[in-house]
Amino acid sequence: MRICYALPLLALLWMVPNALKSQVFKIYENFSELEERLAQSKNHLVVVNFWATFCRPCVEELPYFNTLHEKYASPNFEILLVSLDFKSSLEKKFVPFLREKNLRPEVILLAERGDEWIRRLDPRWEGLIPVTLLVWDDHRTIHQGNFESYEELEQFIDSFFKNIGRVSPIF
Amino acid sequence: MQISPLFFALSSFCFGTAAQVDSLPAYTIGDRVQDFALRNVDGKMLSLSDYAKGSGVIIVFTCIHCPYAELYESRLIRLHRKYAPQGYPVLAINPTLPSLFPEDNFESMRKRARERKYPFPYLQDSTQVVLRRFGADRTPRIYLLDSEWVVRYIGTVDDRPESERDVKKRYLEDAIAALMRGERPYPEITQSVGCPIRRPKTPLSQDSVGKGPR
Repeated sequence: MRICYALPLLALLWMVPNALKSQVFKIYENFSELEERLAQSKNHLVVVNFWATFCRPCVEELPYFNTLHEKYASPNFEILLVSLDFKSSLEKKFVPFLREKNLRPEVILLAERGDEWIRRLDPRWEGLIPVTLLVWDDHRTIHQGNFESYEELEQFIDSFFKNIGRVSPIF
Repeated sequence: MQISPLFFALSSFCFGTAAQVDSLPAYTIGDRVQDFALRNVDGKMLSLSDYAKGSGVIIVFTCIHCPYAELYESRLIRLHRKYAPQGYPVLAINPTLPSLFPEDNFESMRKRARERKYPFPYLQDSTQVVLRRFGADRTPRIYLLDSEWVVRYIGTVDDRPESERDVKKRYLEDAIAALMRGERPYPEITQSVGCPIRRPKTPLSQDSVGKGPR
């Protein structure tokens, strides 16, 4: 008789994490957490896109990062979608958005709210989103503004590797 | 309130069209701002010379759809109450194209100004003529002009959009205080995260200049 209770309970315990899987994201309280993470990238390409649910050009280019992820995901290539949404609208806006859009790359909510990090990310950056950062060892470059097409995003990565004289690990 | 099309035609003639504006460099620190006129939420045209004759002004490019802009709404109301009597009133301009963001149309602007009891004018720049001259790329964005209408500070209000009680640097207030002491503000430009102001890919034709929404 007891098994009648135990089985649904087990099923429930198994289902909950699976239901949450589609909306998993990390919260970084400080920009330094992101910096530390980027500093660890060795022989490893990281594409960091800064976006927000309320930034329309950002939302429009998100599918390009999905495509990039689907085409090239590998141990030496990762994409981080760093959102500047507010923690205060997490439940109301951010989580439903993630559920709806089904973003493939890793999502991070950056809760850093000072402005010093804007300069630390890149002195050329003026704080306008979207902005996309490429990191490969000590090499970095940024693309300010949105990509007009998926091809433009690939070209941006391609020219980055040409400029630093390395072979792109993804194409 | 009906506004004569002739008035719009004249105002676009006097204050420049989008095409002319695009060929001019955007204002930066030290530039003197030219007069402009836009429609206020009360339906009347308001010019900078009507509003800030012989005084400074805090021009803010803002909008309804941007949460960052909303966070600063109450702060701007308080700043206006504090600094208007000292010669630095707030002038809010919404540069959003209603065709791209219907929630920012003129009716919504009127509603917003009424509901939140804006003590300052709220102008619609539906053709982005003024926006192009200033070169603002995000909301909210502040341009502090002195009494000669010279741009003295560009940037954000303070360093903590989300939590006002954690503010450490009051850039705008510090800049006003510097001007009052007859000094140059430092910093003169600050950067902040905001919502991009979208511009149409093809510049607006001259025909569309000066026409209200709808």
